[in-house]
Amino acid sequence: MIEPLVRPRRKNPLKRTRLPLRPQGVRSRTAHGLTAAAAEGRFALQVCLDCNTVIYPPRDACPSCLSARLPFRDLARGGTLIAETTVRTTTDPYFRERTPWRVGTVKLDVGPVVVAHLHGDAVEGGRVRLELKLDKSDSAVVMALPEKDTENMADDPHLREMTCDPKFRRVLITDGRTSVGQAMAKAFSDAGASIVFVGLADPWKPFSGMDDLRKIERVEIVPLDVTDSESVTELAEQNGARIDIVVNTAEHIRAGGIVDRHGLTIAREEIDVRYLGLLRLAQAFGPILRFRGADGVNSATAFVNLLSVHALMNWPAYGSYSATEAACLSAAQCMRAELRPGGVKVVNVFFGPLETEWFQTVPPPKVTPAALANAVVRALQHGLEDVFVGDVAEDIRQRLAVNPKALEREMAN
Amino acid sequence: MTVDLMAFARAVANGDIRVIDLTQTLSQEFPTIVLPPELGQCAPFRMEEVSRYDERGPAWYWNNISLGEHTGTHFDAPIHWISGKDLPNNAVDTINVAQFIAPAVVIDCSRECAADPDFALTIPFVEQWEARHGKIEPRSWVLLRTDWSKQTYTDYAALRDDGAHTPGPEPAVVKWFVEQRDVHGFGTETIGTDFGQGQHFNPPYPAHFYMHGKGRFGLQCLTNLHLLPPKGAVIIAAPLKIKQGSGSPLRVLALVAGGDV
Amino acid sequence: MQRKSYEGVVACLPVTIPYRRYSTNSAQWWLGRALHELIKRARLRLKDIDGFAVSSFTVGPDTAVGLTQHFGLSPRWLDHIPFGGASAIVALRRAARAVQAGDADIVACVAGDTNHVDSFRKMLSTFSRFAQDAVYPYGSGGANASFALITKHYMNSYGAKREDFAKICIAQRDNALSIPHAMMKKKLTLDEYMSARPIADPIHLFDCVMTCAGAEAFVVCREDVAKSLNLPSVRILSTIERHNAFPNDPMQIRGGWELDIGELWSMAALTPRDVDFVQTYDDYPVISMMQFEDLGFCPKGEGPDFVRSHTLTNDGTFPHNTSGGQLSVGQAGAAGGFLGLVEAMRQLTSQPLGSQVPNANACLVSGFGMINYDRGLSSCAAVLARAA
Repeated sequence: MIEPLVRPRRKNPLKRTRLPLRPQGVRSRTAHGLTAAAAEGRFALQVCLDCNTVIYPPRDACPSCLSARLPFRDLARGGTLIAETTVRTTTDPYFRERTPWRVGTVKLDVGPVVVAHLHGDAVEGGRVRLELKLDKSDSAVVMALPEKDTENMADDPHLREMTCDPKFRRVLITDGRTSVGQAMAKAFSDAGASIVFVGLADPWKPFSGMDDLRKIERVEIVPLDVTDSESVTELAEQNGARIDIVVNTAEHIRAGGIVDRHGLTIAREEIDVRYLGLLRLAQAFGPILRFRGADGVNSATAFVNLLSVHALMNWPAYGSYSATEAACLSAAQCMRAELRPGGVKVVNVFFGPLETEWFQTVPPPKVTPAALANAVVRALQHGLEDVFVGDVAEDIRQRLAVNPKALEREMAN
Repeated sequence: MTVDLMAFARAVANGDIRVIDLTQTLSQEFPTIVLPPELGQCAPFRMEEVSRYDERGPAWYWNNISLGEHTGTHFDAPIHWISGKDLPNNAVDTINVAQFIAPAVVIDCSRECAADPDFALTIPFVEQWEARHGKIEPRSWVLLRTDWSKQTYTDYAALRDDGAHTPGPEPAVVKWFVEQRDVHGFGTETIGTDFGQGQHFNPPYPAHFYMHGKGRFGLQCLTNLHLLPPKGAVIIAAPLKIKQGSGSPLRVLALVAGGDV
Repeated sequence: MQRKSYEGVVACLPVTIPYRRYSTNSAQWWLGRALHELIKRARLRLKDIDGFAVSSFTVGPDTAVGLTQHFGLSPRWLDHIPFGGASAIVALRRAARAVQAGDADIVACVAGDTNHVDSFRKMLSTFSRFAQDAVYPYGSGGANASFALITKHYMNSYGAKREDFAKICIAQRDNALSIPHAMMKKKLTLDEYMSARPIADPIHLFDCVMTCAGAEAFVVCREDVAKSLNLPSVRILSTIERHNAFPNDPMQIRGGWELDIGELWSMAALTPRDVDFVQTYDDYPVISMMQFEDLGFCPKGEGPDFVRSHTLTNDGTFPHNTSGGQLSVGQAGAAGGFLGLVEAMRQLTSQPLGSQVPNANACLVSGFGMINYDRGLSSCAAVLARAA
């Protein structure tokens, strides 16, 4: 039975902040096949192509037939918890300050025996379902959850350590001017965030949705212009220490390519809003997020980038936009490594065309702002790192995995 | 005729001639003109610190700035508008520099604008002003005092569903300024020399169209016009010498003789 | 095919370098002390050692080869045996065959480890690829957590109670009271055992060995060579070895001995009733209990009953871990695997460090270890007898 999480009391300003530690993240290359699955919320193990044996721990030759053809495949997650222990003593500094820590041995329905972290409601002898999660070192670990959802399940402290749950956390939505920004504010308010800061630039420019934005519960409008270094720095100085999740909704979307554009002013704006805006946010908020990665129930936990899926493969109809998104993706990968020491996740949420004005002429399927916002919240609740929202994004992910060159040609048509 | 420049300098130094700053501070927060999203936009003012007595430069502080030719308090040259594109010496680097110093008249319609943001300056209004203050001398700046610069930025930009609602001149009065009064240029406190809804005039944006079409100049985002006398101020407005520039942000100074206003 | 007997080959020169809880010396230092003691006691010269087998967790980045130059050895037979608790018997098997074949005449088998304040933590985090990928990130409880799971499962499956494990630990502690260098110096009571600090449920403090620095060693040679050196020796009647037995057992309830135990007894021409004492590998009492079953002393699942119905002290009905085992003396890394064999040799040549088992003529020594993922992979055993 999981005790529901209690809203944290105000932090004692005279107390030292607990610094982030992380478990050992070293893994063999093959074992990072689990990390790839965990990043997307999949459950996958190696399956021998020649004899169909399901294999764990990850390895380089099949223990039944020595085949080297051992791809990772998505599998059924069910199993039985056959033994458990509670670790109370350990030399590892991360676990040492988090004992007692339950782990157990699970016999998977699909075959192997897996040592796993245990959710508080996983019972010895009972049925469990396994999930691959990224722990604080950003490497994959297996967690055994009760087979059916239980009350307050997300509040289990071990599970919360593997996720970026917005509940009781304070969020910054960097731009509330757009429909995506407004949908994001609502979704985080509904998900139990204790404050939803919403950034607005150029307050002298009115926009639709302004009144509805102010009416969302626990929304606080703050001045923020991601194209203005001073604005970003000032917000971080004033509020950085009480922001646990940053969601960068600042957008700049224009149709048009590279060769047939006339002039560079749109490209400059794109770069300034999207790429340099990201850098400003990273420099202003990164260090304080990293510092507060272990700071209690509402520790700093995530930086969320909303990226066009065309960051992964240029779409010439929106070619300049795609290139800028690609720059943002690379920057996000760098940030991921830089924020890891604080246990802060950089979450990349990829989407195809949106149901917003700048994609007006693009045919469906398109992603609504509400769908995108809900996907972001879900990604944080599950601790995912790479998320593909909507049919187009998923389609491109699959095509990219099989034949990127073919996709390059297809995007140009 | 001998002119005693030293006496001029002494008068400025001892306050017999007062120097009034008509310029808004260049800052990130100051509103810029907003065009339809499909068109090219004016770059807002931005600063990136290069160093500040730190590891990037131990003993000095400096910034790189970015901005458009028409950001903040700025000067419009004739080449800025299609109607002035072929005139000789029409860019900021080719205008005769003597033209950067000129007298100014200040037409006060601040009370009318307080009541009506869509106040349009007309010929009869100016003629009434001339009845009190005398005819506008040739090659004077005409500065429209609206006290608009005293507002909050939101009310200053005054953007609504159908665009900006800020005061400005009707087409007829601009044409009259140029043809009947040979004015030097037109200056406003608002963003742009034209009426906020000027796109609906015929011709659209007449302050730009007629002024620049006849090789005259524009000044906008001015402030402190309420400190100037209706006549008698001398304006120094020298834009940056940008190669074929259409305008530039600048420091606009008004020289006012001690006893006036 | 009938396995070749060990006729004509003996083990001699049991050497222990007294353990210390922490040491700033290197593993090379500890191994060097053991080698030095061997040579001194046998009045040998370095060049007489023409075979060398070494086991150590902390000798890195050296392996056996680097140590030949370090110690001034020029062997014609060399082995590095990183099998933890199975190292001693594996070394015995390798060395015995080399001596029988004439590939080496005097083989020094040495195990030792240092223990710096961070040795244990560093070893755990890089123990094996599977441990790195699939065990250490899960609470980093080390072998304690892994064996806690095995213990829990064994208790659930066969009804073993903590009191049963306590009996093993308490008897071993009694056996250790006369060992000068034992880490644990006091009698252990049932109360103390039961109320000890939990480490990883259901394992508590006195189920765990104390890691320390130390070294153990012995020599393998022909019987006539031992006689010419005036060294009391021990005959090898049979040995078995197995790795990764029973990979399909969901959890470890038996070691590889179960596969080969018949061969051990038949090769020795003895039965379990014929041995006078038993040294099991006691990293945790549950494993000792499994060894009682898998080595043939009782059927699978009746380990608890066996323990309840015997006394395990040197003067008891089933003398077990006669110097106290690792649980009382300490685990000096890989030397923990040698502890039982070296003590067995002392008992069988009547030169114990502590108390003597009466009528000690034949014994069984068992080795186990290398928890690569979720179970100990290596198991081995030897039946030894007093020289005629």
